[in-house]
Amino acid sequence: MYSQGLIGANTATEEDEAFLAAFQARIDAEEKIEPNDAMPEGYRRTLIRQIGQHAHSEIVGMLPEGNWITRAPSLKRKAALLAKVQDEGGHGLYLYSAAETLGVSRDQMTEELLSGKAKYSSIFNYPTLTWADIGAIGWLVDGAAIMNQIPLCRCSFGPYARAMIRVCKEESFHQRQGYEIMMTLMRGTDEQKEMAQDALNRWWWPSLMMFGPHDSDSQHGDQSMKWKIKRFSNDELRQKFVDATVPQGEFIGLTFPDPDLKWNPDKNDGKGGYDFGKIDWDEFWHVVKGNGPMNRDRIAARRKAWEDGAWVRDAALAHAEKRKARAEAAKIAAE
Amino acid sequence: MSKETPLWEVFIRPRNGLSHKHCGSLHAADAELALQAARDVYTRRGEGTSIWVVPSSAITASDPSQKDENFEPTASKIYRHPTFYDIPEDVGHM
Repeated sequence: MYSQGLIGANTATEEDEAFLAAFQARIDAEEKIEPNDAMPEGYRRTLIRQIGQHAHSEIVGMLPEGNWITRAPSLKRKAALLAKVQDEGGHGLYLYSAAETLGVSRDQMTEELLSGKAKYSSIFNYPTLTWADIGAIGWLVDGAAIMNQIPLCRCSFGPYARAMIRVCKEESFHQRQGYEIMMTLMRGTDEQKEMAQDALNRWWWPSLMMFGPHDSDSQHGDQSMKWKIKRFSNDELRQKFVDATVPQGEFIGLTFPDPDLKWNPDKNDGKGGYDFGKIDWDEFWHVVKGNGPMNRDRIAARRKAWEDGAWVRDAALAHAEKRKARAEAAKIAAE
Repeated sequence: MSKETPLWEVFIRPRNGLSHKHCGSLHAADAELALQAARDVYTRRGEGTSIWVVPSSAITASDPSQKDENFEPTASKIYRHPTFYDIPEDVGHM
């Protein structure tokens, strides 16, 4: 999903040829770049943007699922969903801390999210209407995220790669719990089956959009690939996702909402793969530009959380300063 | 807007017998809150048995542009390694 973080990224950079060539040689030798190392401004800027938007996606991603915590159908499901949403918060924090090593402040990133300047994944601008949506999100949205994130574990920027390794370890539980919810519904009553099918119908196409525009329309892919920020193109990852996911859905009796979806034995250099229908890119850009069903709601929720939490942050700082001043006064008195 | 909450570096010891290792950073008003946040953020799946938090501002780092001067001599002084010295095989393992 986080390849969307590269939309509109400016990879332009002004360093001299020798500097850029030396940097590229380090990248080509698979050396990791660490925060204090010299790096092209374009590399720094692209990473701040991508990691920041990835972090925002994790944080905003807590909202659609948080919507169902109080209404989870059993204690087991509630405990699992709570743990998953807490993980998403943790992932956001690992990523913010990785971005901060590049010289951007946390408050600056928060400000950009709340003002709408920074984006987050388009997928979180869709509503979670039924419990089955929690299953569909875990299975499809986290499944697509894993496809994107596994190659990011080998990203050339050390702190990002290390954060992604932690994230990927935790993400696998998310996908399995989602698929299990879908499977349970598909083994249930007709109404439950319908609910699962309806969730797939609504989440399938937005999940495919998570991988970002087609390679032919993706302007900054090349430079990001050269710098090994990205390892696979949007279309390659999308194809992998479709090939992995379709059999899983068919196994539990779901039908994909795409009449053009069909097995093509010649695809993927003869290994076979699925052909699939045309993605509605108008819908994608509509959502990315802020007009999806939930864009306003999501930002309003984040803004409320930030503003309502201000007195807590201020009080904690004031308390810390007071204790520090008292400790110093006691020290002087003792001398 | 309020003041930014200070940044802390987090070090975790996965289990006894191993040293603490840097695992990331976080924001917290004081050391006590930093420890609690580190527990929530970095040890949700049994990753640690001990946590250190250090104010990021207290860390002094070496300059990467002086990497060669700082660290190259360790490679050129081969007499610092045991294999530099010839000992007859008859002496046995040393």
